[in-house]
Amino acid sequence: MEIKQVLRSLSEASGVSGYEHGLNSLVQENCPWADEIKTDKLGNVIMLKKGQGSGPRPKVMLAGHMDEIGLIITKIEKEGFLRFGTIGGFDQRVLLAQEVVVHGRKPLTGVIGAKPPHVQAAGEQSKAVSMEDLFIDVGFDSQAEAEEHVTVGDLVTMKRDVLDLQSSFMAGKSFDDRAGVAAIFECFKVLAKVSHDADVYGVATVQEEVGLRGAITSTYGIVPDIGIAIDVGFGDSPGLPESDTIKLGQGPGIAIGPHVHPKLHTRMVETAKEWNISFSSDPSPYPGGTDAYAIQVARAGVATILLSIPLRYMHTPIETLDYEDVRRTGRLMAMFIAGLDNDFVEGLTCF
Amino acid sequence: MLLARLTEANGAPGQEGEVRDLIRAELEAHVDEIKTDALGNLIAIKNPDAPGPRVMLAAHMDEVALMIVGIESNGYLKFRPIGGVDPRVLVAKSVVVGAKKVPGVIGSKPIHLQKPAERERPFTIQELLIDIGAKTKEEAERLVKLGECAYFTTKYEEIGNGKIKAKALDDRVGCELAIRLLQEDVSFPLIAAFTVQEEVGLRGAGVATYQVKPDLALVLEGTTASDVPGTDEHKHATTVGAGPCITVIDRVSIPYPPLVQELFALADEEGIKVQVRRNTAGGTDAGRIQMSEEGVKVATIAVPCRYIHSPVSVMSKDDYEGAYKLVKSYLKRLQEREASN
Repeated sequence: MEIKQVLRSLSEASGVSGYEHGLNSLVQENCPWADEIKTDKLGNVIMLKKGQGSGPRPKVMLAGHMDEIGLIITKIEKEGFLRFGTIGGFDQRVLLAQEVVVHGRKPLTGVIGAKPPHVQAAGEQSKAVSMEDLFIDVGFDSQAEAEEHVTVGDLVTMKRDVLDLQSSFMAGKSFDDRAGVAAIFECFKVLAKVSHDADVYGVATVQEEVGLRGAITSTYGIVPDIGIAIDVGFGDSPGLPESDTIKLGQGPGIAIGPHVHPKLHTRMVETAKEWNISFSSDPSPYPGGTDAYAIQVARAGVATILLSIPLRYMHTPIETLDYEDVRRTGRLMAMFIAGLDNDFVEGLTCF
Repeated sequence: MLLARLTEANGAPGQEGEVRDLIRAELEAHVDEIKTDALGNLIAIKNPDAPGPRVMLAAHMDEVALMIVGIESNGYLKFRPIGGVDPRVLVAKSVVVGAKKVPGVIGSKPIHLQKPAERERPFTIQELLIDIGAKTKEEAERLVKLGECAYFTTKYEEIGNGKIKAKALDDRVGCELAIRLLQEDVSFPLIAAFTVQEEVGLRGAGVATYQVKPDLALVLEGTTASDVPGTDEHKHATTVGAGPCITVIDRVSIPYPPLVQELFALADEEGIKVQVRRNTAGGTDAGRIQMSEEGVKVATIAVPCRYIHSPVSVMSKDDYEGAYKLVKSYLKRLQEREASN
């Protein structure tokens, strides 16, 4: 399975927070290296690759969230236009003139519109169109007609095919954080060829965008010794200070901050150097915003680390990444896992 | 479907080649003469020397686009709109650039790094850049030349209840109408002028009309519809689904009143739903055509389109069919008049 194709199919599939179940079969199909795959009550897909040896074997959990931000229908206007709210964080300015899929009785293509510039009052064009003035046009002429196909509460995703940019760059929706899920597959693929003691639980988590909820329940269930969250990090792009970003094409960012266990950080950096895998240092003064935050405080606490795949234009339908970074992230995790033993794991509670 | 191919073809003002080639290939077998002029207008003629009125159908081939005006040291492309584009519709869209159709995206700062007040202020054209994934200026220069244009990547699709979403319906819908109508069997000279540079000041139409010397011209357009929430009804201009619209006056033309009246009466007789364009702003090629030489009788018939000049517009197939039937009926009437003379 070509990484590009895996990323493309993950990106183009739909799964807004809380409604990720449509992705389950896609995740399973793309992970033939797992010994067992199950889902928990919240919908997390948990893929287990067992370690060698009779044990006790260290348990490593990898978490990449499969949910995407989206919209939800809040009202059907009498002329058939649909009003919406958001699930997860959208900049209102990216929504105008986007194409969407309304997941009604069957998927409907729609267009996000607003009143046109020439009927706006003087000065309105110097303001962003506010979220409450936007609507979705699905091409129906009345409320009754729309209601045959759409119900208040239906979910909406961005309609966007993946675009191949130059070299190994790709643009599309939902790479946050399907790229993390793809990195888990890459890790499993490499682990299939190397010996490792640890049992590895790759988790495609749910509901990250609305409060890291899938990571909370899946970590509780797995009880890992080590948690590795794989999420996207702010890629270098115009207008952003270099200190806030990591560069595309230079491998994952290895985070350092309150949510990262210092010994895991040291070992991850050593592993990257040993195997000649490029990486960026990613200092994160605030620990929140990724599954690492939830994994770390599960049960009696878990030694946690965060790897960030550089991503430009996060939370827009044209998120851009370098698929080689996804591959590097998977390989780095695999080599890290291959180097783990019980002594190292026991040392994680000794400060 | 021809309209799908027409809207998915790219043609910035002055760079209409792709659209022109498509139309030429479509029409070559059906007309007596087909030619281009010094600006790139495509003129297709049936019965050039026949007696009777010289009737010209006009539709513009160009669309609004983004011209590449600079390549940054880090490989990003700077652009400016060519034709009227509200910069607010550009954020987070995909494009293809230039002859090589290099894919790119127009990115913006992630919401996580914004202050709430930033989201109230639109991005300016100066802030927006196209990212093609090139890492250096040299890499980008190998793929894109200054002056080439970027186009939206929107696919044609039928949606909802008989609606079409596509880019550039202004004025590929007019091109499609003219192509179909030119295949009518008439004995008088029937000419279709597919004009260039409408979006930057109606530049092609005057030149085309000077050569065609029509007695009468029908301008076929895709025009703005503001029949959306938040707009008072008296500002709708046109309503999608209420039939093609006939212009009484716009910023650049007062279509020939007897012809306008005749079209309304004909629509009524034929049972074709039509509407008056209820807006005096905006201009079409009719302005230039009407002023050619000693003046030409014109009428403008347009298909209402929501969200024109944005990456994706929406129109009704019924309105399109209505426009087709109306013009076809009018040509038939002219033919009957000729036959009885």
